[in-house]
Amino acid sequence: MPVFDPETRRAPEAPAKESAITDIPAASSALEIEGLTLSYGEATALKGLTLRIPRQRVTAFIGPSGCGKSTLLRALNRLHDLNETVHRQGTIVLEGEEIHAPGIEVAELRRRVGMVFQAPNPFPMSIYENVAFGLRLQGGLKRRQRDEVIEWALSSAALWDEVKDRLHDSAWSLSGGQQQRLVIARTLAVQPEVLLLDEPASALDPISTLKIEELIRNLKSRLTLVLVTHNMQQAARVSDYTAYLHGGELVEYAPTDQLFTNPRLAQTENYITGRMT
Amino acid sequence: MRLRRRTPGEGPWPWLAAGCVSVSLLMVLALLLLLGTRGLGHFWPADIERVTLHDGQVFAGVAVREEASAPGQATSEERLYYTANRALDGATWRWVALEDIARRDRPEQLSVIEHGRWGTLIGYIDETASNEQRLVIHTQRGQRTDLPRTGIIEHYRPNAMSWVDKILAWGRGVWHFLSQGPRSANTEGGVWPAIFGTILMVLLMSVVVTPFGVLAAIYLNEIADQGRATRLVRIAVRNLAGVPSIVYGVFGLGVFVYGLGGTLDTLFYSDRLPSPTFGTGGLLWASLTLALLTLPVVIVATEEGLARIPDAQREGALALGATRIEMLRRVVLPMAVPAMLTGVILAIARAAGEVAPLLLVGVAKLAPQVPVDDTFPFLHLERKFMHLGYHILDVGFYSGDVEAAMPLLYATALLLVLVIVVLNLTAIFLRHHVKSRHGALPR
Repeated sequence: MPVFDPETRRAPEAPAKESAITDIPAASSALEIEGLTLSYGEATALKGLTLRIPRQRVTAFIGPSGCGKSTLLRALNRLHDLNETVHRQGTIVLEGEEIHAPGIEVAELRRRVGMVFQAPNPFPMSIYENVAFGLRLQGGLKRRQRDEVIEWALSSAALWDEVKDRLHDSAWSLSGGQQQRLVIARTLAVQPEVLLLDEPASALDPISTLKIEELIRNLKSRLTLVLVTHNMQQAARVSDYTAYLHGGELVEYAPTDQLFTNPRLAQTENYITGRMT
Repeated sequence: MRLRRRTPGEGPWPWLAAGCVSVSLLMVLALLLLLGTRGLGHFWPADIERVTLHDGQVFAGVAVREEASAPGQATSEERLYYTANRALDGATWRWVALEDIARRDRPEQLSVIEHGRWGTLIGYIDETASNEQRLVIHTQRGQRTDLPRTGIIEHYRPNAMSWVDKILAWGRGVWHFLSQGPRSANTEGGVWPAIFGTILMVLLMSVVVTPFGVLAAIYLNEIADQGRATRLVRIAVRNLAGVPSIVYGVFGLGVFVYGLGGTLDTLFYSDRLPSPTFGTGGLLWASLTLALLTLPVVIVATEEGLARIPDAQREGALALGATRIEMLRRVVLPMAVPAMLTGVILAIARAAGEVAPLLLVGVAKLAPQVPVDDTFPFLHLERKFMHLGYHILDVGFYSGDVEAAMPLLYATALLLVLVIVVLNLTAIFLRHHVKSRHGALPR
């Protein structure tokens, strides 16, 4: 049995064509990240990342623990603002607007860039109130309109049929998978343009995971999705583009098919085939 | 393969621990039993004996207890009788040697008459001499007195009463104790003003301390930078909980009574000076002092509740476009309500039993006027008030008639325990209600 030798298996060095990062034209990208450097106190988590995230596609960030993929995700809706020790350089442009510009209202940014977390985090309220939460923050909806939006959001998250008879039960009475879809519905209700998913299925059983993945595929017709996952198969199954991060740097970013079948760099291949230590 | 027990057994520890719990439980039960029997037994309409002595003296009284005589005396045992009639005889109690008693019987006509001004009397009601206004009584010793009927609280003939009657009379006695004001320098009558004062003061204190403590906890846990200064403040707050309560009393006296109260008086009540309005102890200052005393408890409990809320909940709210204030108000605070109520429960439990600071800032030995009445502004915060804890102290230590005070002491102590239990149960019920509405925190 041949012993793996990184030298002989090395993929051809960057071919003549341009880097995959620039394959996505600015016009069709929802987010443009440029020179993003981010550090927690002394520790640098992201080192000058530059990439574009295509509109109405699923982009997956993969990489070993601590590679900075979650940090990158949380930078996209400025969730790091809460932590005073975080320092950032570089720009993130959402549909032509720099999100750190002085006039930007963070709350509105976060409405436009919704986020779903690793562990389901429904609020201790009824199912209905969970979905209504963001709507109530915006205000201005009549009860009837709100009911319609809630039904639409729950249907979009493939949860309506399961909860339509118990909308006023506690959200914590739902199963883990249902809770995660409820959280997605809650986020969809405020009509975000981008949906950030931070390992959304890692706490769920395989059936619930499949449902979430199906949901992700269905949602991309409406919005831009960014997915952080530890699960390589999941990234391969649902994403259109995949970025491999390591040590706070973007190692390789390409259409998912290409990255998984024919990675340019040995480092990427080692990771996706599980040979990386 | 060795799956056998490594050690020969768990040893005495489980038994020791269980023993400690049992001892604690027994002590609590013994305490309640003592307070209950001694305090509640007082209201039982015991039979009145007519005692004839060998030397021909006759008197009527209720047998209370027997004791061995002091050594060196001729007799061996003595019995204590409650003879009432302080207004006529000047004494309420009589020790009689058992050998001196010739005869005891229980004439059905003997009555107990409780009169607001004359105190408790034992004697025979002379129906023929009495009229609509006056009640004529002959005592066993031959005195005759007539009382205005208007002052009579109750009269009954215990020797003629059946068990049912006695139980009803006992219930009435307990009710009078709860609903009436004290008489005869707090040795007779009820404790209603003290119950009212205690509860009102605790409620006022809760109303003051809850928003203060909760806001302080929110600032410390949610808003302030978690730097050295915040840590110092937190340590200081925790240490504040250990300051002796009398120190708070001194602080209350200096700052609230003399400082704030004195200023209020010179500004708004200068026409009444030099007699103080707010410049003396009163309900408001007592409530504020106890609020200060319990503030650390509320802060610590609320902060612990806030710290238990997962950050995922906060981030979830922010990620939906909530501002920090909206996040606090709509997600964090509702989830922290049970913890806040826990803080209030602890505060109530501590404040309701505190007496020492009250001595300095407004408790009164006798304040038959409760601080709420029908004259504007209805709630009189400047008034002095009665308090069950202080009532116990007063009855127990400063009463002229120790024998009469003892049962009231026990009854008042029992009542204080019950009041605290009721206040706590109310808060616990509230907390449970809130919890079941929002569901429990995920573990």
